[in-house]
Amino acid sequence: MSSPKANLEILPRGVQIALGLGLVALLAFPWVGTDFYTQMVTRMLIMAIFAMSLDLLQGVTGLVSLGHAAYFGLAGYALAFLMPQDAAVSLWWTLPVAVLASALAALIIGFFVVRTHGIYFIMVTMAFAQMVFFLFFDNKILGGSDGLYINFKPSAQVFGFTLFDLENKITFYYVTLVLALLVYVFLRRLLWSPLGRALSGIRINEHRMKAMGFGTFGYKLTAFTIAGGLAGLAGYLWGAQSGFVNPELMGFHMSAHAIMMVILGGMGNFAGAFVGAFTFEYVLHVLKDLPTLQMFGKDINLGKHWQLWMGTFIVLVVIFAPRGLMGLAERFLQKREYPKGNSK
Amino acid sequence: MDFPTFLIQLLNSVQYGLLLFMLAAGLTLIFGIMGVVNLAHGSFYMLGAYLAYWLSTLMGSLTLAIIVGIALAVLFGLALEWLLFRHFYERDHLDQVLLTFGLIYIFEELRSILWGDDVHGVTIPEALSASIPLTDNLSYPVYRLFMSAVCIALALGLYWLIAKTRLGMKIRAGAFNRDMTEALGINIKLIHAVVFALGVGLAAVAGMIASPISSVYPNMGSQVLIMCFVVVVIGGIGSVRGALISALLVGLADTFGKVLLPSMSGMLVYMLMAAVLLWKPEGLFKA
Repeated sequence: MSSPKANLEILPRGVQIALGLGLVALLAFPWVGTDFYTQMVTRMLIMAIFAMSLDLLQGVTGLVSLGHAAYFGLAGYALAFLMPQDAAVSLWWTLPVAVLASALAALIIGFFVVRTHGIYFIMVTMAFAQMVFFLFFDNKILGGSDGLYINFKPSAQVFGFTLFDLENKITFYYVTLVLALLVYVFLRRLLWSPLGRALSGIRINEHRMKAMGFGTFGYKLTAFTIAGGLAGLAGYLWGAQSGFVNPELMGFHMSAHAIMMVILGGMGNFAGAFVGAFTFEYVLHVLKDLPTLQMFGKDINLGKHWQLWMGTFIVLVVIFAPRGLMGLAERFLQKREYPKGNSK
Repeated sequence: MDFPTFLIQLLNSVQYGLLLFMLAAGLTLIFGIMGVVNLAHGSFYMLGAYLAYWLSTLMGSLTLAIIVGIALAVLFGLALEWLLFRHFYERDHLDQVLLTFGLIYIFEELRSILWGDDVHGVTIPEALSASIPLTDNLSYPVYRLFMSAVCIALALGLYWLIAKTRLGMKIRAGAFNRDMTEALGINIKLIHAVVFALGVGLAAVAGMIASPISSVYPNMGSQVLIMCFVVVVIGGIGSVRGALISALLVGLADTFGKVLLPSMSGMLVYMLMAAVLLWKPEGLFKA
């Protein structure tokens, strides 16, 4: 993890082509897929934004946050508070407000957590997320354990003219796709910017970065805040799409799922997080939908025990593919490109 | 708050703190010596509670259930260490987090398959079911005092084991310099297995003795796990003494918070943690 090459910051040609084909498939999907699957892929795109935002911390900066879901959920709640019971509220100001709310929370919590290292960082991010979780869980005014409903989709009106209608599922899909691509492009640019280079430097050797005169605290806090804001973007979309928010969105399982998505794809290049989010959500869908089998004279519903399969899947990935799908792809491609082993 | 109420709350907070210490001690030892972040530690607490419920209905005695339960939990710990954890001591924290998160899913589902999703009660043994009257209408259950006594005895035993015995010396040496200890001919793998099983055992005992007052329910491990994280962070990771002091602090903050500031009680402990982190980013007692 600490070696610079391990992250595959420059994507091999083969992976680039595969990503391009994937993009074409995503653009064409609503014409092929049913309503159900279009919504599912929308959900995957939202999770991809969430996973990419975490990758900025986990893969690029080397900060493993086990509380990233807090910022995801906060923006969803922000939308729920801003949306009146009887009318749709404008997208144009609620989206920035929700994203800023998440970024602000990340800035405040980040102020405490980025001064810690390694395992402390893991534990402290988790504890602070839990604090946010209980704030919403314990207070009836904030929705309590049941959460809140969002009755309408945000409206995208400009001077009384509806630019696009988010109530339409296919429109929602394309808006989410465009936002996910923008986030990807933004983060890829950021990766190669001076800020991104400094963050990579912090992952590889923070002491040396300090010795070179970089104020690493400020850099890490900046990364934490940006990641929190982008997680907020994903949370806003999640709230808008599903029409409700509950404390589970900020829970420990959500945070751990995001880590898993980033690992599953491959860290530090954002494409991996994108692919990982799709794979993880798909695996989750398949496992929850497993059939009921006749075994030992009893009906055994395999889907009901999805946690068992999910747990086993996670353990197997950690044991056998700790560098994720991108790592596997890289190994496969390298063998193909340099068959005689003269790559040195 | 009059004096008897205060006394009851104080005893409750000490009892809760000591219970947290039992879990946090294992967590902090496993991290301090093997360098493993164990999210599944709460599952061992749950395992203890369900073993107590299952064995006590099977055998009709909680005492007997606890004795057999400890043996089963320790065996389970040894098997788990041998099968999985041992291969993750040198791995990145990220991998450990995911491994143990996957284990939480597996343990929760196995619990659901084996014992169902209902809430169960465990009866307090006859001899400990009395209450000590404090005023006309306030009394304190003997069982809670017994719990505190067990925790104190185990804490002293742990101190004796680590500070005074030969095994403890090896454990400390292994934490200090693993390679050097191994070079001196000490079987460090065995030491690691012992420490891991000790941590699992402590967590399971905590779950067992807590089961009569907390009852036994799904996901009981996750809640307590996060509290333990807070305890370990405040106390300083790897420090058993720090874990004891911070567990008592957290117990006090949580119990009195619920009485004095009910609307803020869920957050109070985390604010305490934030305050400690501002003051000492590596906890009160750096190991």
